[in-house]
Amino acid sequence: MSTAAFIVIAILILAAALAAASLPTLIHAALSFAVAFVGIAAFFFLLGAEFVGLVQVFVYVGAVAVLIVFTILLTRRDATTPDKFNWGGVVIAIAVFNGLVWAIFRTPALSIGAPQIEPLTVKRIGEVLMTDYVWPLQCVGLVLTAALIGALILVMEEKNSKS
Amino acid sequence: MNDFLDQIFVRAKQMLLPLLTGAPDWVIQLASSLINIFALLGVFLTLFALISVLERKILGRMQNRYGPNRVGPFGLFQPVADGIKMLIKEDIVPVRADKVVHFLAPIMIAATAILALGVIPYGRNMTPFAIDGGILFFFAVGSTTELAVFMAGWGSNNKFSMLGAMRAIAQMISYELPLIITTFPVVMVVGALSPDAIVAAQGGYALGVMPHWFVTTPWGAAAFILFFVSGLVESNRTPFDVPEGESEIVAGHMTEYSGFKYATFFMAEYFGMFAISGLAVTLFLGGWHAPIAGLQFIPSYVWFFAKLSALLFVYIWVRGTLPRTRVDQIMNFAWKFMLPMAFTCLVSAAVWHYQGRGLAGWLWSLGVIVVVYVALSRLIDTRKKFATRTYRFAE
Repeated sequence: MSTAAFIVIAILILAAALAAASLPTLIHAALSFAVAFVGIAAFFFLLGAEFVGLVQVFVYVGAVAVLIVFTILLTRRDATTPDKFNWGGVVIAIAVFNGLVWAIFRTPALSIGAPQIEPLTVKRIGEVLMTDYVWPLQCVGLVLTAALIGALILVMEEKNSKS
Repeated sequence: MNDFLDQIFVRAKQMLLPLLTGAPDWVIQLASSLINIFALLGVFLTLFALISVLERKILGRMQNRYGPNRVGPFGLFQPVADGIKMLIKEDIVPVRADKVVHFLAPIMIAATAILALGVIPYGRNMTPFAIDGGILFFFAVGSTTELAVFMAGWGSNNKFSMLGAMRAIAQMISYELPLIITTFPVVMVVGALSPDAIVAAQGGYALGVMPHWFVTTPWGAAAFILFFVSGLVESNRTPFDVPEGESEIVAGHMTEYSGFKYATFFMAEYFGMFAISGLAVTLFLGGWHAPIAGLQFIPSYVWFFAKLSALLFVYIWVRGTLPRTRVDQIMNFAWKFMLPMAFTCLVSAAVWHYQGRGLAGWLWSLGVIVVVYVALSRLIDTRKKFATRTYRFAE
């Protein structure tokens, strides 16, 4: 059952990723990228990591995909015209892939079997976030607040220069 | 007897499932899910048909006219007539449209709206899909609506569609923040993300009459109002319906849709409205709990749908009463008022909790909200900036 589900989801992700890399229209590529994100969330669900899966959908489909789509829309005037195939991109992609594979196979932790862990509940995640990982959490909060204020300042400057 | 009526649907399902004994496990799981899905769709499609005719009747009453009254008694069969009309209409796809994206957008928008309905507890033991992070699921699914709206706007290859989609996404992203932040106090006080736990925490009565609903606390009342307003925006309803403002941009992202695809958008909008109202009932109005201990003999799902209907009536009432706001007004309201007030609810709930959840906590948390509200309204009061209107060309 879970193997069959794994294969179906894997095919979906690979197809979506391939489409994202090869579709001529940029917006289509971005939308198939969103499909790949959903597939990865499905993987998390399959592994029993419900919370991570939901956050994956929430952040990547709800925010990052919308961000990508808007970036394409607002920065390129030729968003609808097909792009030419870029061979340089292929070379870079293969190089990055090789680098990653090399790094993964040299990681000693991979040869150790996965430890048995208790099923992760949302409550447990909340507890761990508020106790062991409270400092990283606060730091992330600080970074995000700084980003928010930065975005506001960018907008405000534009307003001042106009008047 | 009461218990029998209360659990009648749960029992019915439990009687249906043994018909499959002997089948493999996954068939039974699938059948169980399918029963839930069909029940959910049946109930909400009926509610959609009812609300669509009731909305027109109520709006008619408010505007001093009859509303639909030709088809069937009191115009009750109007939805059937509408449905047939939508089905036999020609399906027009613009030549320059992006065919695939244009086709997928209504499907995706309806799917997300229906998914969000799945995690709401409709009665005792009546949550279609009881998952641990139900609230998170609701918002995760809801956040993908933006992508669907974008697909509709971009796929139509029409300026009005794109403008409408931009407006819709801008206001949905802006109001998602207060919407989510106003659920935080509830999640914090209950200590769980599952809707069932939240409903369970609101059970019981003080003095036998006062329900323990979160709307009875100051932070809960404030958060409920903020949540409701954000819900109005998220479902693109008047007074926040600028994305489909007929007088400005035809029908926004739905301009290039006709026939059944348009009906799908319409349905998704109403399903979104049901989902947001259902979540508001779950979070603040005690879910399926009766308002008075003496009224508990009425089945739980009746209470849920009574509360849902009351909220839906307010939606229609607001639509019949208020004019459309401007885009910049909506945005200013979101970032300058809704967001700070949502955070205030969070602080207020914390104060309520640490003052012992009693009368002292009640008064303290009311104090926090009143102080911030008054300060905020002084701060963003724009009335003094308006000069007397002068006209350059029309005198």
